[in-house]
Amino acid sequence: MAQAQDRKLAAPPVNFETQPFWDAAAQGKLLYKKCAACGEPHFYPRPFCPFCFSDKVEWQEASGRGTIYTYSVMRRAPVPYAIAYVTLAEGPTMMSNIVDCDLDAIKIGQAVKLVFKPSDSGPPVPMFAPA
Amino acid sequence: MSIKGKAYIVGIYEHPTRLATDKTVPQLHAEVAAGALADAGLTKNDIDGYFCAAGDMTGLGQLSMADYLGLKTRHIDSTDVGGSSYILQVGHAAEVIALGKCDIALITLAGRPRAEGMATGTQTRAPERPMPESGFELPYGPATANMYAMAAMRHMYQYGTTSEQLAWIKVAASHHAQYNPHAMLKNVVTVEDVVGSPVIADPLHRLDCCVISDGGGAIIMAKPEIAKSLKRPLVKVIGAGEAPKHQMGGKVDLTYSAAVWSGPPAFAEAGVRPADIKYASIYDSFTITVLMQLEDLGFCEKGQGGRFVSDGNLIAGTGKLPFNTDGGGLCNNHPSNRGGLTKVLEAVRQLRGEAHPNVQVKNCDLALAHGTGGSLGTRHAGATVIMERE
Repeated sequence: MAQAQDRKLAAPPVNFETQPFWDAAAQGKLLYKKCAACGEPHFYPRPFCPFCFSDKVEWQEASGRGTIYTYSVMRRAPVPYAIAYVTLAEGPTMMSNIVDCDLDAIKIGQAVKLVFKPSDSGPPVPMFAPA
Repeated sequence: MSIKGKAYIVGIYEHPTRLATDKTVPQLHAEVAAGALADAGLTKNDIDGYFCAAGDMTGLGQLSMADYLGLKTRHIDSTDVGGSSYILQVGHAAEVIALGKCDIALITLAGRPRAEGMATGTQTRAPERPMPESGFELPYGPATANMYAMAAMRHMYQYGTTSEQLAWIKVAASHHAQYNPHAMLKNVVTVEDVVGSPVIADPLHRLDCCVISDGGGAIIMAKPEIAKSLKRPLVKVIGAGEAPKHQMGGKVDLTYSAAVWSGPPAFAEAGVRPADIKYASIYDSFTITVLMQLEDLGFCEKGQGGRFVSDGNLIAGTGKLPFNTDGGGLCNNHPSNRGGLTKVLEAVRQLRGEAHPNVQVKNCDLALAHGTGGSLGTRHAGATVIMERE
């Protein structure tokens, strides 16, 4: 049993492209982009579609439900933590951390739900905890 | 057009240092360049093409290096895709030599992360300026080890690969390293030693990770007429391929590497198949890197890498595919956190018949070098080069 502990999170660099994402994060919402031309969702969000290159992309709010695609617990760190790729219910897979859990009990395929953790003088960061 | 047989590797040199407390990075570049020129029987002013990955120096580093070395060339290339840069640059050099844009190319690698105390694999390294993905990755603590570990974890889940199978890769490398007097880790290890070493990032253990070393190496390539006028054994490039792979807009799939795209064009250009290869240098930043690249290059079926590497199959003299007979990055060195160049060097030694007698592959006339630069877990470039002894 190794309970995940909160650790100091580097503030994510924010720019014109990503400001709406981080503004939403401050409201507890996780956004992704969806292309109105080809219908593909994508992550991380861009001002164009990386599949068909259309600029008809729209912000969408994710349900916050997802499953763990893969993960690794970094043991050689002052505070061990679990990095992961989480596949959102809406399709895209995003890098994240698995938190508020027993680090030794994380499994690929496990259902997880969205939580936010504060960053160091930046916007809160979307992470996932066991559902 | 094809590069097949249009360019030869005529000079190689590997710096013997593994801890360069008393040398600067430019000095290491100069020393490896001099070493490779001496090996080729050429002089500095013969060079008319210079290849040096941008990240080996900062800023406009390659220009500073051309200035420092006193090079007057008609072609320069600072392509940087991480550790595989120099394998990719061998392909690029062959292209420009084939086109007549230069006749004699120098490729140098140097760095001193060990002397500088760099925690290469376990700390998150933020770029000097944010990349488009930075906000969506840096808060999560992506270090090198845990990104490759996520690829290993998924491979285990999807294909049943085990830590013991991965350990065989390190065991094979250690069998080779015992004969390399310069290798950082010369002790032969067992599967039990590897899986019993401390976990760095699940499921990778300390002995699944490459060493952190200083040093460097250099390669001289030349057009056929020049190569045949020199006294070294003739080793020519007969095929090359390169490709990037990334997160694909969220369609993340960590079960394969860019080798699935860089390998086939290299084999097609060379006109050979994986089964024809007598010796393979396979980038070994971590054991999982080797396993996935072997599958993706077609040395075994996808998902069967664990079985393929087991029971000493990669050990020279006993296995079907001798690999990294210098000990590779896992045991010998990983200068500047970049193992691509040394992969080419050992392949050339094998083709020349100049590997250590205990690991020299008999009648080694066809060799491959492949690398993965960047991160297997996010963005990387695969580079494949196939070489033949004439």
